[in-house]
Amino acid sequence: MEVSAPSNVSLREFGCEQSLLSRPDGSASFVQGDTSVMAGVYGPAEVKVSKEIYDRATLEVLVQPKVGLPSVRERSQEQCVRETCEEALLLTLHPRSSLTLVLQVLHDDGSLLSCCLNAACMALMDAGLPMSCLFCGVTCAISAYGQIITDPTSAQEKESRALMTFAIDSKERKVMMSSTKGSFSVHELQQCVAVSQRASERIFQFYRDSVRRRYSKSL
Amino acid sequence: MAAGFKTAEPLEYHMSFLKENCRPDGRELSEFRTTTLNIGSISTADGSALVKLGSTTVICGIKAELANPTVEAPGKGYIVPNVDLPPLCSSRFRPGPPGEQAQASSQFIADVIESSEIIKPEDLCIDRGKLCWVLYCDIMCLDYDGNILDACIIALLAALKNTRLPKVTVNKATCKPEIDLKERHELPVHKHPVGTSFCIFQDSILIVDPTADEESLSTSRLSVVTDEEERLCSLHKPGGTSLSAEKLQTCINRATARQREIQKLIEKVLNSVKAAQ
Repeated sequence: MEVSAPSNVSLREFGCEQSLLSRPDGSASFVQGDTSVMAGVYGPAEVKVSKEIYDRATLEVLVQPKVGLPSVRERSQEQCVRETCEEALLLTLHPRSSLTLVLQVLHDDGSLLSCCLNAACMALMDAGLPMSCLFCGVTCAISAYGQIITDPTSAQEKESRALMTFAIDSKERKVMMSSTKGSFSVHELQQCVAVSQRASERIFQFYRDSVRRRYSKSL
Repeated sequence: MAAGFKTAEPLEYHMSFLKENCRPDGRELSEFRTTTLNIGSISTADGSALVKLGSTTVICGIKAELANPTVEAPGKGYIVPNVDLPPLCSSRFRPGPPGEQAQASSQFIADVIESSEIIKPEDLCIDRGKLCWVLYCDIMCLDYDGNILDACIIALLAALKNTRLPKVTVNKATCKPEIDLKERHELPVHKHPVGTSFCIFQDSILIVDPTADEESLSTSRLSVVTDEEERLCSLHKPGGTSLSAEKLQTCINRATARQREIQKLIEKVLNSVKAAQ
């Protein structure tokens, strides 16, 4: 089946607020449509001896679901977010210290992992940690009719036959992280990557605007 | 001398090999370790398989149990995979509750089962809304030397192909299930997903089937799962160095070639098991 890529990428409305919590060193909440995630970063701080790495900082990511305790699914999301952040952060600048990133899911209406990634990136920026590049998360769903939907809602996710989440870096727009569900052809994958790369432009522009707005107020 | 070099500067040691397009164990960059497969290793399980990828050893046992289907899906049975990385297999795992890697692997296997539709959950239903099969797929690592995900998928696929479920009839008068252990039938396996894992060194060098040392030194990992129709069931890259679309395509091409090799291997072993019976 031929997939039709939308000519202009449609994303739900997004919003972001930084430094909204007083205790963490950096915090942000990111909203994509009805999906909302709050992130807090602590560190660089003292590290437990058992987790100490001699040449870089130890990053710990915790994903807290809206209800109940974190399960195996959250563990797998934590791994994805952690390894993406580890790549973007210059952890070698803070050896033998710990960084903790806590992601609290406030509401899940689809594209949760990408919202987590976006919230994480905004919180890391707010904490002022040195990074080699920024990253953003984009979720694509392939509907039963072969249409690519970017930033799907829960209902669209359920109806889709494949779902892919990518993390795109701001330097070369390459794929940092990929997590998929459902089966799809190679052609569909390549199209989804291309669509995500286009969508990432919009998100990075939003990052820039939102940070600019924030500092124009404080100065 | 070489041993000292390896301990003191592990990354330099590996890079000096990779520059020459080969690896410390003598393999080429896109070469898998020898894959050994034994099907039906556990006689008490309903289906089982043991896979060796070089020295990485994984065993999978499948236990079928009768259960009530869930209210949301009355016509479906379910599959519960679990990957166990006991302290026995490597010094990096401690006793106690499963660590992050074990949990992430279990989730990955569960996603592959769901995405590839290796088994249709409808096939596990015996009596709609009343009785169904649950397949507990316990995958245990006996020796950890990298690339556990590929080994797990092969073990799971081979064990499912080996599974024989007894015939169950529901007695109309008593409403109790009656199991006929003598009459067993094969489980319909619809797809043959096979995984291929890669590691990226120094942001550019791609190697296939990494060992434990290579995994810990690499900057990124990537697993591609494809089935016999060359459709992708999973493209799992938990982070690390970014990858261009062209590099991704090279990985997918290697994965489809590997799928054919493994499917042939499983068929061959299954035939030899049948011939021996």
